[in-house]
Amino acid sequence: MIPRHQAVILILLLLASIVMGVVLWNLRERAHQRLLQGQASAPTQAPQVAAAEQATLLVASDADDAVTPRAFTLPLPRSPEARARVILGKLFDLYALPGSSHPAPGGASSVAQVFLMPVTGSARPTDSSGAAASEIAVVNLTGAFAASHPSGIETESLTVLSICATLHANLPEVTEVRFLVDGETRATLAGHADLTRTYLTAETVPRP
Amino acid sequence: MVLDAAHGGDEAGAALGAGPEKALTLTLSVRLRSLLAARGFQVVTTRESDVAVEADHRAEIANHSGAVACLTLHATEAGSGVHIFVSSLAPAGEARFIPWKTAQAAWISRSLELAGVLDSALNHAGIPVTLGRVGMPMLDSLACPAVAVEVAPQRGADEAVRESLDDPAVQARLADALAAALLEWRSLARGAR
Repeated sequence: MIPRHQAVILILLLLASIVMGVVLWNLRERAHQRLLQGQASAPTQAPQVAAAEQATLLVASDADDAVTPRAFTLPLPRSPEARARVILGKLFDLYALPGSSHPAPGGASSVAQVFLMPVTGSARPTDSSGAAASEIAVVNLTGAFAASHPSGIETESLTVLSICATLHANLPEVTEVRFLVDGETRATLAGHADLTRTYLTAETVPRP
Repeated sequence: MVLDAAHGGDEAGAALGAGPEKALTLTLSVRLRSLLAARGFQVVTTRESDVAVEADHRAEIANHSGAVACLTLHATEAGSGVHIFVSSLAPAGEARFIPWKTAQAAWISRSLELAGVLDSALNHAGIPVTLGRVGMPMLDSLACPAVAVEVAPQRGADEAVRESLDDPAVQARLADALAAALLEWRSLARGAR
């Protein structure tokens, strides 16, 4: 038989734990709601007020087994990461069109994010204008895109090649590209093309 | 000679007209193995039935065999003819110990020569060929002259399919051309010793 005062303390502690648990649960739910509201209001396309600029897309063609440059005028945001996402979104929109030269479903929403970082192993190197001289782009694709991408060595490698070459054509400071799918590393795009390696954009520029 | 029929088991690969990629690659592998065995080749295959084999295990089988050439067979509906891919790794010199994930780097020049021999033989058989470089985990781990051979339907200028991969005669012609190329490759390899 435990003394009365200890029983009272035990009950009080138990009640305090339950109350704290309820408070924490409510705080978590509120934070989750705030996050969802933020995601819903996040822009998924470039705002139309952005100035229209010319962008070069390296568009893949399964018939020719090649990527060819095509110029488009797009409203592009100022932020390099947002700009990269808009440009890749346009490229993916072309692939999702009926009769595309390189069919791949999903469109612009297949690119979840593009992150730009200085190349590892160097303090942020800068050129004379103060801009980063060499950057790595991390392209985060959606799992739905990877799951629905046609399987094959040629088609998958052309997708990877066109992404790398398009990024380099519009953001010359991007010298390396890595891929994530739903924020995680993935062995291959659809069973063939390696998504674990770092791609050097210099090797993806089409030769004349 | 190592023949690797890509995919298998739960991993079906690309969806083709008459079935999954895994079935066509196995059919091609079996047909090619018979042709090569009849010409006196010792052939090692990575699978003989519809079973899943890990990419690293496929490379293990190939690397333990000391093969004169390794072919990994794939199929697709995209493009036309045969696509021959060599690893996109930068060439490196031979060393006593080589990293598993980039083992192919020491064999790139030989792999490019093998791709050239296959290109000639397939063109001679009237099959259009596209040559390319690719980053593929299994191909990058092979310590032998290695190429990935991806077969696709032959298409006309209007993109319509002229020769389907489902046609046994097309499969036989592909296997014959590949066997002829590998016979020539063996002769070149013996001549180089």
